[in-house]
Amino acid sequence: MTAPLLSVHGLNKRYGAIVACSDVSFELDEGEALAIVGESGSGKTTLLNLVAGALRADSGDVVYRMRDGAARTLSSLSEAERRALMRTDWGFVHQDSARGLRMNVSAGGNIGERLMAVGDRHYGRIRGAALDWLARVEIAAERVDDPPSTYSGGMRQRLQIARNLVTGPRLVFMDEPTGGLDVSVQARLLDLLRGLIADMGLAVILVTHDLAVARLLSHRMLVMKQGEVIESGLTDRVLDDPQAPYTQLLVSSVLAA
Amino acid sequence: MSALIPNELLRVEGLAKTFTLHLHGGARLPVVRGVSFSVAAGECVVLAGPSGAGKSSILKMAFGNYLAGEGRILLADGERVIDIARASAKEILDVRRGIIGYVSQFLRVIPRVGAIDVVAAAAQESGLDSAAARERAASLLTRLRLPESLWSVPPATFSGGEQQRVNVARGFAGRHRLLVLDEPTASLDAANREAVIELIAERKAEGTGFLSTFHDDDVRVRVADRIVDVSLFSDREAA
Repeated sequence: MTAPLLSVHGLNKRYGAIVACSDVSFELDEGEALAIVGESGSGKTTLLNLVAGALRADSGDVVYRMRDGAARTLSSLSEAERRALMRTDWGFVHQDSARGLRMNVSAGGNIGERLMAVGDRHYGRIRGAALDWLARVEIAAERVDDPPSTYSGGMRQRLQIARNLVTGPRLVFMDEPTGGLDVSVQARLLDLLRGLIADMGLAVILVTHDLAVARLLSHRMLVMKQGEVIESGLTDRVLDDPQAPYTQLLVSSVLAA
Repeated sequence: MSALIPNELLRVEGLAKTFTLHLHGGARLPVVRGVSFSVAAGECVVLAGPSGAGKSSILKMAFGNYLAGEGRILLADGERVIDIARASAKEILDVRRGIIGYVSQFLRVIPRVGAIDVVAAAAQESGLDSAAARERAASLLTRLRLPESLWSVPPATFSGGEQQRVNVARGFAGRHRLLVLDEPTASLDAANREAVIELIAERKAEGTGFLSTFHDDDVRVRVADRIVDVSLFSDREAA
């Protein structure tokens, strides 16, 4: 069995008296999608940011198997190495597309920027890749020169996904990727994500409060409450036979349509 | 771990399940205990018993969808044997790809994905390339008499019977060694029930094992090599 892509060991984070993340450990394999669920304030976004290195943990560490096969502790990477990782082998899809896109740069420029950051300078090839990715996320080619500020919410999320995936990352972090979108727009985005995750064999860490999104996109699930992982396991097992009182409450609180 | 005997695909030993309802004062709801039976290659085992006896819960535990309380669920995985009752999420995901498949009573529809793509995806997961997977999906949907005009339509708008046929096609599209069928003919008319019975017979001849429930006596008698009476394992008196 191959080594995990990512191993998280004993992460802790406090904000004053508030425990945002308490002794969280898990592993993630290549091509595996893990959902982190819980209510607002449960610590799920803090955990995502700790793993992605956007926040510094009080204690604990994250080990990542780099493209060359070497396992590196992320806190030991230089800032330049960490940024290179973020631009190539990782993606981060934010709920708020303004955090993941440059709103006044053309869509093509948003996608091309990540390729240029990894050293591609060939204009024709970059534009070709941008057009290819716009098609894959179902954005019409004639919108390539328009900035995302002129796009709808669903189109912005799709553009954010294209920008992240153009460098062929192995791991993508997603923070409520369908949050704030109309239901019909959500369905389209979910279906697109599902297909891309399977086709590209992406590993995903997905934060969502929406259990239906977690069921559709993830293999495994962590349930968080007050900074602690209170239940974990196969996604369908956790949702269909929840063990912890809090998980039973979460699952039973969903309105069936 | 004790080995399975040759040809044995699944052996359930002393399986028990109790639900604890934390939202209802921690009430304990015993379902089954002492469940023991086995399924051999090419054999169809049917669980029978009154509604509420725990048939479906046993199927779900065998697939790893429900957590087993006590006991063992030994599944043959080539030369290895894994105990589903104690396996990690990864091991269960792994055996679900090629060893154990599940046809639930209801289709969980995926927005925007057409019926044929739902079925082809299952075939592809078992290792077929996309053209072969599509061909296999088309052949199954034809045999299950789903009109071709519906193939590219997402099943959300289908009738219960049409959805169930898509579900059956999806289950049979893979090449699992053991198929778990939970009332796969419940909303089908006679002609479609016949198609499902034929599919089961063909796969049995190829060595696939079945663990199943059927509410329909006629179907049960025709497909079963062995009927296991689940009421023997009832734990309700203990409540």
